Amino acid sequence: MDVPVLKQGHFLIATVQSALTDADLAQLRRSLVEQVGKFRSRGVIVDVTAVDVLDSFACRTLRDIAHMAGFRGAETVIVGIHPELAFTMVQLGLSLEGVATALDLEEGLAYLQERTTPAARKSSPLATRGAGRGPVSRGQR
Amino acid sequence: MPTRGTPTPNISTATATATAEAASTLLRELVAHLRQNRTQLREEWARRITEAELLTAMTKEEIFAEATSVYDNYVEALETGTFEALQAYARNLSERIIPRGVETHEVVGIVLLLRDVLARSLFAKYQTDFTKLNRILDAYEPAANRIANTVAVGFVQERERIIREQQEAIRELSTPVLQVRERLLILPIIGVIDPQRARQLTEQLLRGIRTNRAKVVVIDITGVAAMDATVANHLVQTVEASRLLGATVIVTGLSPEIAQTLVTIGVDLGKMTTVGDLQGGIEEAERLLGYKVVPFVEGAVEA
Amino acid sequence: MASAERIRIRTDRDILLARQRGREMGQTAGFVATDLTLIATAISELARNIVLYAREGMLEIHLVAEDARCGLLIVARDHGPGIADLTRAMQDGFSTSGGLGLGLPGVKRLMDSFEIDSYPGLGTTVRIAKWRRS
Repeated sequence: MDVPVLKQGHFLIATVQSALTDADLAQLRRSLVEQVGKFRSRGVIVDVTAVDVLDSFACRTLRDIAHMAGFRGAETVIVGIHPELAFTMVQLGLSLEGVATALDLEEGLAYLQERTTPAARKSSPLATRGAGRGPVSRGQR
Repeated sequence: MPTRGTPTPNISTATATATAEAASTLLRELVAHLRQNRTQLREEWARRITEAELLTAMTKEEIFAEATSVYDNYVEALETGTFEALQAYARNLSERIIPRGVETHEVVGIVLLLRDVLARSLFAKYQTDFTKLNRILDAYEPAANRIANTVAVGFVQERERIIREQQEAIRELSTPVLQVRERLLILPIIGVIDPQRARQLTEQLLRGIRTNRAKVVVIDITGVAAMDATVANHLVQTVEASRLLGATVIVTGLSPEIAQTLVTIGVDLGKMTTVGDLQGGIEEAERLLGYKVVPFVEGAVEA
Repeated sequence: MASAERIRIRTDRDILLARQRGREMGQTAGFVATDLTLIATAISELARNIVLYAREGMLEIHLVAEDARCGLLIVARDHGPGIADLTRAMQDGFSTSGGLGLGLPGVKRLMDSFEIDSYPGLGTTVRIAKWRRS
């Protein structure tokens, strides 16, 4: 099952729509890293809202995506991890250390906007400040 | 073939061959007797209850009113052989008297007293006909036992249900997830944290983060007296899981003792942001959220 | 009472199938959402170990009820190369370091019980169980 990757300005948005096999995950990683180079993307969002299991292999793949995209100049943020999933992941010892996470696509976009807009604001460790969110919303996808 | 109809002290065989029909005739006779002597018997019962100092939380009038209802349900159960009405009544009664502090032994006590009062009246009535008395008692006792059982079990079940509800309510109350302002949650933890509570707390917080779209969470553990390795690891896991949902956790109120413990057992404090007290934690949270700290708050901190 | 599923594990598709079945049976057993995720994840880890290390094996999911409790018993069995150093495989850092870990300590943490038998050259059997919270 292919994961659709949308190009939105400087960002790539991959929306995982169903459970992925290991081969699908590997394919997603290849495809994203390739497209980051091709489009000279500044950010990658992987939306896992529809995912019901993130096991060690899936977490490792997500981390690899973040690192590999990072080497090619794009920051990655994983969005939409469900509470039950988060609970399970930390019990397994998989906390995606060093990879940015956000509540949903909207938050993820706001985070990347903030991180990639030079001198917009002084850098904050958080994605958003107060109510002022990024201009891109879910509806514009 | 056991002897029958002859006056014999051999109680166990006296009614062994009594047909079901004979038993139901006996029960009918018994029910008629209990109906005829209703006033006197339930007065006797209520008096015995007071004497035995049972149901002390209730007034004499209340006891008499309940005694009447139990008595009528009791006789009906004997007559029909069905226990649903009695069961429902027992549950209803329990619901009313449990909040007033009536104990299990009191409920069992009053039902046994009724059994006793009724048995005595049967003795009095049939004392001249020993065989008949035996047969009546054989018909009465299994039914009476079942009634006693039904009422006592109904009470205990109701009590357990209430206790479960209260425990649930206490657990919910003990870990409130409070939204103090947009995108900021506070979780004050008070008391003892066992693994079960730690898990419940984490799940509650994670759900809270999602529904409130929180970006920062302040977990205040000022009210936690002690923390062992297991609970400390739960705390670390809660921090990590919150981050996976995109929220930053600030832990406040770590006592010197707990800090010492955490260092000793090797918990990685680097994984969490800690601030001395709750107020400092909220200020840090507001800074992260981009709120400006207004001057009088700074003044209050210095004071 | 007994209800069981046996799933042959050979490819990464079988891993998905196994965890889907585990989730369904967990639902039948009345597990809460978080526990369903824990169970599906544990199955995923065990099934992947079969695919990666033994190439082929069997995963059984049993719905069990005993002593007034209800839960799932999951058995993963293969005739692969076995695990030479079980002690090391059960050490935490070994599995989550990002290398080719087996994820076994993690699986153990997700479940209520965990047993493993492994004989080099003969194969590995892992038994895990999760009981429904009352």
